Formats: sequence, structure tokens, C-alpha cells
Amino acid sequence: MTKTTEHILPPVLERSNLLGWMRRNLFGSWIDALLTLIGVWIVYWAASGLLRWALYTAEWKVIVVNARLLMIGQYPIEQVGRLWIWLGFLIFLLGNSLAIWGRGSRIAPALLALPVAMAFIFPFGADPRKWLIAMTAIGLIGWGLGRVKPEALKRSVIAGWVISLPIIILLTYGLSKSEASIVPIVRTNLWGGLLLTFLLTVVGILFSFPIGVLLALGRRSELPAVRWFSVGYIELVRGVPLITILFMAQLMLPLFLPEGWTVDRVVRAMVGITLFSAAYLAENVRGGLQAIPKGQFEAAAALGLSGAQTMIFIILPQALRLVIPILVGQFIALYKDTSLVAIVGLLDLVGIARTVLAQPEFLGLQREVYVFISLIFWALSYGMSYVSQRLEERLGVGIR
Amino acid sequence: MRKLYMSLSVFVLLALALAACGGAAPAGGNTVTVKETVVVTVEVPAASAVVAPSGYGETLKAVQARGHLVCGANAQVPGFGYVDSNGNYAGIDVDYCRALAAAVFGDATKVEFRPVTAAERFTALQSGEIDVLSRNTTWSLVRDTELGGNFTATTFYDGQGMMVPVASGMTTLKDLEGGTVCVQTGTTTELNLADVMAAEGVSYTPAVFEDADATFAAYSEGRCDAVTTDKSGLISRRSVLADPAAHIIMDVTMSKEPLGPMVRHGDDQWFDIAQWTVFTLFAGEEFGLTSANVDSKRDSATAPEIRRMLGLEGDLGLKLGLSNDFAYNIIKQVGNYAEIYDRNLGPNTPTYIPRGFNKQYTDGGLLFAPPFR
Amino acid sequence: MQYEQKRETAIPFWRDERILRVLGQVVFVALVVFVATLIYQNMKAGLARQGISLSYAFLKNLSGFDIAETAFPYSRNSAYWQAFLIGLLNTLLVSVVGIIFSTILGVILGVARLSTNFIINRLASFYLEIIRNLSLLVFLIFWYLGVFLKLPRVKEATPWLGDIILTNRGVGIPWGIPTASFPTFRLILFLGLLFALVVFFALREYGKRTGRAPLTLVWSFLAFLLVALIGWFVLPERPIVADLAFVKGLNLSGGKILSPEFMALTSGLVLYTAAFIGEVVRAGIQSVSKGQIEASRALGLNSFQTLRLVVFPQALRVIIPPLTSQYLNLVKNSSLAIAVGYPDVFYVSNTIQNQTGRAVEMISLVMFTYLVLSLATSALMNWYNQRIKLAER
Repeated sequence: MTKTTEHILPPVLERSNLLGWMRRNLFGSWIDALLTLIGVWIVYWAASGLLRWALYTAEWKVIVVNARLLMIGQYPIEQVGRLWIWLGFLIFLLGNSLAIWGRGSRIAPALLALPVAMAFIFPFGADPRKWLIAMTAIGLIGWGLGRVKPEALKRSVIAGWVISLPIIILLTYGLSKSEASIVPIVRTNLWGGLLLTFLLTVVGILFSFPIGVLLALGRRSELPAVRWFSVGYIELVRGVPLITILFMAQLMLPLFLPEGWTVDRVVRAMVGITLFSAAYLAENVRGGLQAIPKGQFEAAAALGLSGAQTMIFIILPQALRLVIPILVGQFIALYKDTSLVAIVGLLDLVGIARTVLAQPEFLGLQREVYVFISLIFWALSYGMSYVSQRLEERLGVGIR
Repeated sequence: MRKLYMSLSVFVLLALALAACGGAAPAGGNTVTVKETVVVTVEVPAASAVVAPSGYGETLKAVQARGHLVCGANAQVPGFGYVDSNGNYAGIDVDYCRALAAAVFGDATKVEFRPVTAAERFTALQSGEIDVLSRNTTWSLVRDTELGGNFTATTFYDGQGMMVPVASGMTTLKDLEGGTVCVQTGTTTELNLADVMAAEGVSYTPAVFEDADATFAAYSEGRCDAVTTDKSGLISRRSVLADPAAHIIMDVTMSKEPLGPMVRHGDDQWFDIAQWTVFTLFAGEEFGLTSANVDSKRDSATAPEIRRMLGLEGDLGLKLGLSNDFAYNIIKQVGNYAEIYDRNLGPNTPTYIPRGFNKQYTDGGLLFAPPFR
Repeated sequence: MQYEQKRETAIPFWRDERILRVLGQVVFVALVVFVATLIYQNMKAGLARQGISLSYAFLKNLSGFDIAETAFPYSRNSAYWQAFLIGLLNTLLVSVVGIIFSTILGVILGVARLSTNFIINRLASFYLEIIRNLSLLVFLIFWYLGVFLKLPRVKEATPWLGDIILTNRGVGIPWGIPTASFPTFRLILFLGLLFALVVFFALREYGKRTGRAPLTLVWSFLAFLLVALIGWFVLPERPIVADLAFVKGLNLSGGKILSPEFMALTSGLVLYTAAFIGEVVRAGIQSVSKGQIEASRALGLNSFQTLRLVVFPQALRVIIPPLTSQYLNLVKNSSLAIAVGYPDVFYVSNTIQNQTGRAVEMISLVMFTYLVLSLATSALMNWYNQRIKLAER
């Protein structure tokens, strides 16, 4: 996978020869040959078993019937359009961004065509199909616009990303209590499935990031009180499993608040995830801060910048840029970790899978359901890391 | 690239602004609390104010102000509380909450279900997060006292049982000597099992699981020699095993398990409402009132008790602090006890459980509604 | 400029940076203390409303529930703290076994990723890509329900790979039973250990004196083995006889029976963590520059010596810090035992909290326990890291 730059071109003859390639790469020595055979056997055994199960044994009906539940939980069906709208908004921004920053990348159209492909491959109903096709159309429009006017759009795209979270939350939660309004409130107990997983992830990322940065700065602060607080917090949180923090958020947070106050269960989980992730992010950011040479501080001071100005305009942008790959890794870990909220009783992807398995007509189909949600977790997480790697390469992020 | 910095800087500024909101220097310290307050005010605008405090009449007022009932439910027990593939809650415990909503609002749909785990259900009730807990919870002394709740009435009489494969030839608990028993944690079941086995002098290994699904999956795969839970659960789960006839429920009852809805200590009015909702369901069956015929029966009712119950005579509903036709609303919108039972656990469902003790006292069961007067 | 200012008037105290700093910190500390007190007061008030007071005294009460896997005798008549201790020991067991095996598998994966064999290389990367993008919780649930519970039933079980019996009631492996001469043998083993230590220090001295690098550990181990073997054959009776697992009725008997929950949790954690360790190892090996290898070859070291004396020590320095955090992750992730029903410390505490309603006490106790475990692990690894660190001159 890694390209070795000092690779010397082999003689043409050997390169074009399949047998030669096999000899070099598969049967170099007798140990190699043995390993190859074992490898081939493992591949055959795993693939054939998996295919046989997936095509013949598995009962995928449980997924087809419960597809909506797994995707959005009990979100009312007449309000689903709101979710599509913000998804469309995100895809539009994605198309835009891919065109602007991923110049000439070929993955963009493929990525944007994914919804249409899904619409035709999987047995969706008529409505979701229409929406999926619309998603691709919107994404391609965004992409096209981005290609035509990359410079002019940059600002608005960034602004779009910044306001996307409020938009998502507003559209998902709703504005007005009355049923008559266009966006009536949909309570969080109806959020579920992939929707809840997604929201937990997004909120977790967006809130833990600033807190993490502040903690990292706090840890390097010259003020002992601040420093010790940050160190204590970071080490305390990093020393315990996420599940204990989630339990604390679910069971103890209500006790910490004055009588008569409650915090929504979903919000409690968000708080738990955010506080947990912030400690890890703080350490990552600290790594970036430590890598900034002293000269930068001195130069900033020489220019007459104050401490806060130095941090915001000189140090942080460089430090954060350095650690972007690590941060993305942390965000992906956060996404995977959101599944733990199922243990405290939220109906995220895993939680809803468990309730689906309690439906009388589908008892005992654990393999199908868990394989399906594993696939979702895998696809999104792999997709995230793939896209971010590509973007990083293109932007030269992480390389000084 | 520069834009990337910009967007990142924007985030940082956002962070600083957040900190500033909390009235703190941007020092990275008290963000913990800052976040909580922000979230509370932003995302739970009104809900934080309408949590039901305890105290006479407070709960009903709070529920009415909020506009809907909040019911702590189960999402994982077929027949009692689960989410069907349309995303709707279903089950006998769930229908009770609908009945309560019908009593309070005259509208059975004004209820919000919160799935609560076995571990957090009592905390959720105590903290006022839910108004009523209807989640196959066993009535016991500790729960009535120390855990801060009051059981209203038993909606389902159950007892703990033990299921084994027929082929094992086991018929008594003694046969389980040296065996493994699958059981779910966080329940009285786990404690009963230890009690009964100790009393019988049987040594066994428990295999304890956190959710019902894993418990029965483990049993059906042969991980355990036996599985124990409430008999209702055994029956409904047996009916969906690969070969139901290959499993038998031992003729032992290891404990009494009266299941029913629970409310907080301290609000007797709310307790009465929750309790008489149950009795309305019972009485509805006793008097032959169903959702289909309650309209015509109301028009033709002559029996004084039925007339009182349906609000045609007297002011029973008003005494509870409800509208006078609360019972009519319950029966009309949710049905009587038999209808709820048949809908969820009747012979035409995959989770069929014979009614057993859960028959009217007139049929030799234990359902007995006090007089409506 | 500054001079003049100073002469004219002293800086007012509200602009004196030193005072401001102190003031800022005082405010900060006051704020933290204030919030903490507020939380504490709320909690106390809340608990008082429920008629509960904070106390750990309940840990002495009878637990009333049974636990499957116990390191010491335990019954429903034991106390809560004993149940907690059993959970803790189970966590330690899973952590230690998990760390050992995930290190082994991780090193294999890391090396396989660098292999020139196309199939092996691809297989290893494929494995890493699959595992690293899965949610551990989902993986564990699937691993338990979809794999370990689907193993053959006891009746259909046949020994596998010699004498290992795989069933969904557990995995039976051969184990040893000590005989009458075992105490003597233990003594001999102790002597062997002493002998090995002597060899170890002698060789190290020798290495320091001559500048050579003898295989210290290997030779010490061989010394130990020699003594052990002599003891084994000299004693009139074999000190340990093999005890094979076998099927007895509905259950496994004899040997050592590992429960499916333990196996699923441990192997799941191993498979998951090994994928991350594999990457750590690969990065570590790749971090040693080619020049180092070429230089050592130029010095006349053979390829084994190059690996042992040049590549490995340098790679280790890069590997240890991230490896430590992987170990910590494994320890913390073992709390997911709750998903597969293995009674680790978190699961047992959860049960206790369930039965007693003591949420605050149990959660704080569990968090404290994990904190101590994490700190101990990182202290151990830091100590090791210090030892192998480049001695900078």
C-alpha cells in the first residue's frame, strides 16, 4: 500500500509475467509456499462459508421489514421529510466541498452516486427511493457548482458546515409544540437507530472538540490551578471505561441537578460521550501543541501579539493541522463507541437491534441483525477514514 | 488550506464563546458545567420545568401542563413491551399506559414511552423523569419502601418457572444438580433462583445475561440445561423456539411474581388515578364493556354501577381529579382487560399465554375490581 | 518608554499581570469548588428525599445472588464485597490473558503486514481493515451469539487439535493435576529459578566486560528448563499428571473448562486489540531506517543479529508508548463483558447496584477501581519504557 519511492524498476520481462510474479510473491521459498497455501485455504473457507450463509441460510426479511426502525428508530413517518432535508443539505455541502478541496478527485461522483445505487439495489419503498435519487441529484448539483466556481463558494461552504449542526438539531427536534406547525417537536425518545447514532456522533465531535482544545491549553497553562484541574480531569476520564461514564451520566446526573430539573436521556448520553471524548482529544491536541517550536511563540511575542492572540492565530492553527489525522481517528473511535449507549437503554443502532430481536416474529435471528449493523458500522467508519485519508493526502495535512 | 485553518479557528472561537457564556475566563477549566447548562437551556426548553414533583396532586397538574404522559416502558419483552416493525410500542404494559393517558386526557395517544433498563427504572421514577413505571416490574416490599415507589395493582399474576428440554428428562429442580441455568440479571429472578436452589440444596452454575434476548438465545443453543424467568416469559419465548414441543416448563413455581404499574411515593391522587385505571380495565371486562360496544351500552345502561363508572351518574371521575367520563374513554380507546390481553397474549398471537390466574374472580381468577361507588 | 511609565506611577493592581494571575486562579478555584459543592449538595438532598444516605456499609450485607466464575468459594451467603472482589479478579484474569495473547497475535499481524508474500500481506491488511472499523460492542455480541454459542453441543463434541474439546458449554483443555511429589518439584523449580538468575547476571556481567551481546534471556531460560527437566525425571513419581477434559453427561468434566463467556470476551478482545497492536508493531518496525540495517550488515552482523541487536531495540522504543495505550484500552474494554454475560467487575457491580439501588456508591467504586488498574498498567509500562529508553549522552 505504501509507495516506496526508492523502488527500482524491475526488468520488464519479469514484471509482465504472471508466473514470475507468483514465484516472487507467493512461492519464494518453501515457507512462503506453505503460507500461501494456508492463506488460500483460509480465504476459500471463510468466503465460501460466508456466501453460503448469506445467500441460503440467512433470513434477511427481518432487516427488510425493520429497515425504517433500524435507520431512524420511531421517528414519525410523516416527519421523515425533515431528516431528508438536512441530509440533502449535508450532501450538497459534501458535493461542494469535494469539488472545491478534492480537485480532480474521482471518488466524488462515485460517492455521490451511492444513494442512487442503494435505491436500486435494495428493496426500498417508493418514497425513500425518490428521496435517495434526489440526494444524488442534490449532491451532483453541489459538486457541479463547486467545480464551476470553487473560489467564490469557499466562504459560503464553510459557513454552511458551521451552521449545519444547528440546522440538523433544529430540523430533527423541531420548533413548535403545536401539531399544526410545519416542524412540530419530535421528542428525543423517538430518535433511534442510525439517526441517533449519527446525532450522538456529530454532537459528540462538535462539542468535545472545543472542550478538548481548552483542556489541552489548560494542561499547558502556566497557572497551576488551571493546569492541575486539566491534568486531573484528563487523567481521570482516560483512566475509566466509557461505559462507567455513561452510567454515571444516566444514573447520577439527575441526582446532581436541583430538584425538579431533569435532562433528557439522549442529552445525558451526549454529555457523557462529549466529556469522555474531550479528554482524549485534549491529549491529541497537546501532542500537536508540543510539536510547535518555541520560535513560533517568540516570533509572535516579537510581533506584539498577546498570549491569547498568539494561541488563536499562530499556535493553534498549526498545532491542529499537525494532528488532524489523529483527530479523525479519534472521531471514528467516538462514532464506534456511541454503540455503548445501548447498554444504558438508548435505542441507537445496537439498542434498536435488540428491540427488533424481541419482536415475536423475529426471535432468534441474532446473526442477521448483528451482521447487518456491523456492516453499517464498518461501511461508515471505513468510508470516513478513506475520505479523510484522501483529503489529507491532497491537502498535505500532517506533513510539515 | 487557509480555509481549513479558518474553519478550525471558527471552532476554537466557538469554544471560547461557549466558555464565555458560562461566565468564566477561557481557561479550559469549568467547561464541564458550562456544557450542561448550555445543553439544558438549548435542547430541553420547556421540559425541564414540567418535571413532576412529588406532593399531593402535583403529578396530575404537571402531566396536564405538559400535555402528555411519560411512561417508563420496556422495549424488549415480547407481549409485554416491545417495538413492532412499524416503530410503535406494543404489549400489555404499554397498553396500560395508553389507558392511563385516556383517563387523564381523554386521548390514548397522548403518551410518550421512555424505554428504561432494569437498572435505571427506579431512579427514573424517583427523579420524576417518568410519571409511571409500567415495565413488568414485580411488586415487592423493598420496592414499595426503599426504592421509593408504590405499586398500584397487579395487572399480571405471574410466577417464576423453569424451562428444560424434554429430552433431558428433568422434572424437578433436584435434577438440575451440577447443571447450568440461564438467567437474566437485574431482576428478582436472579435472587429467587439463588434462594430456591439453596433451599433445595442443589448446586448449579448460573449463566447470567444482561438482556432477555441473549438469555434465551443462549438457552436455545444449548448453552444451559435450563432457563428461568417468569412463567409468562417462558411460555411466550417457548412458542417461538425452533421446536416448541421439545421444551417443557417444570411443574414448579419458584416465586410469586405479581407484575404491575408503579408510581412515586408522595402523591396519593396520582396513585389513585393509576390504580383506578387498572380497576376500570378489570371492571370493563366484568361488566362486558368493550371498545366496540361501549357506546351502545352507555346509551342503554341501566345498572347503577355501570352508569356511575361511565360517568352517567355521580361524579366519580371528578373525585379522582379527572373528567367524569374517564372510564368511558379508557374502554372506548384502549378496551377492557380481556381485549388488551387477547391483543398481546391471546391465542392468536405468537406469544400466547393461557390466562391462568389472570381471569376474572367470577371465572376463578384473581382479577377483582373494587366497587365503583 | 517602559522606564518612564514605571517612574511616573506603579502599574495599578488591576492591570498587574502577576496579581491578575493569582486572582484569576482564585476565581477559577472558587468556581470549581462552588460547582462541586452545588453538585454535592444536590446529590445529598436528592438522596435524602429518597431516604438514602451515602455509605459503603451495605457492602457487608449478604449478596443473595450466585456468580458463575469464581476465583474463590462464593455463594449467595457471601457478602457484596466478596462478589465485587470476584468481579475484580475476573477482570484481572481477562486483562492479563488478553494482553499476552493480543501481543502475540499483534506482532504476528504486524510482521505479516510487512511480508513480501502477497497473500499473507493482503490477508493481514484485510483483517486489520475489517476489525478496526467495527464497533467492539457489536463485534463482541456477534462473536458470542454468532460464534461461541453456535459451537457443537456437548453431545456432538469431538476432541479437536489433540485434546481440546470445543462445545457451546465451554472449551475443555488438558490441565495438570499435582501428585504427592509436587511439593518437592516446586522446590526444584525454585532452585532452577535461582540458577537461572545466576546465569542471567553472570552473562550480563560477561556482556558488559567483553562488549559482546550473549543471548542472556535464552540461556537463563535454558538453565531453568534444564533444572526442571532433571527434577521431572529424577523424582520417583511424575509431579504432575495430565488431566484431559472429557464429556460427562450434559457437561464437560476434567481438565480445565473455560466458559464460552470467558472465551468469547477474551478472544474477542484479543482479536480486536491485536489489529491495533499490529499497526503499532508495523509502524515501529518501519520506523527503523534502512541505513541502520545496512550499517549493521556492513559491520558484519548476520540477519538474526541485525534483527536482535539493531532493529528490535530501536523499534521497541517507538512501539512501547502506543502499545501501552492499547493495553489500557484492553483493560477498559473488558468492561464490555456485560454484553456477553461474563461476571467482570463492572458487570458484578451493576448487579449489586441493581439489587441495592446504591448507584452512587457502586459507580464511584467501579470508576475508582478502573482508575487504579489503569494507573498501575501505565506505571508498569512507563517503568519499562524508562529502562529501554535511549540513554542520551
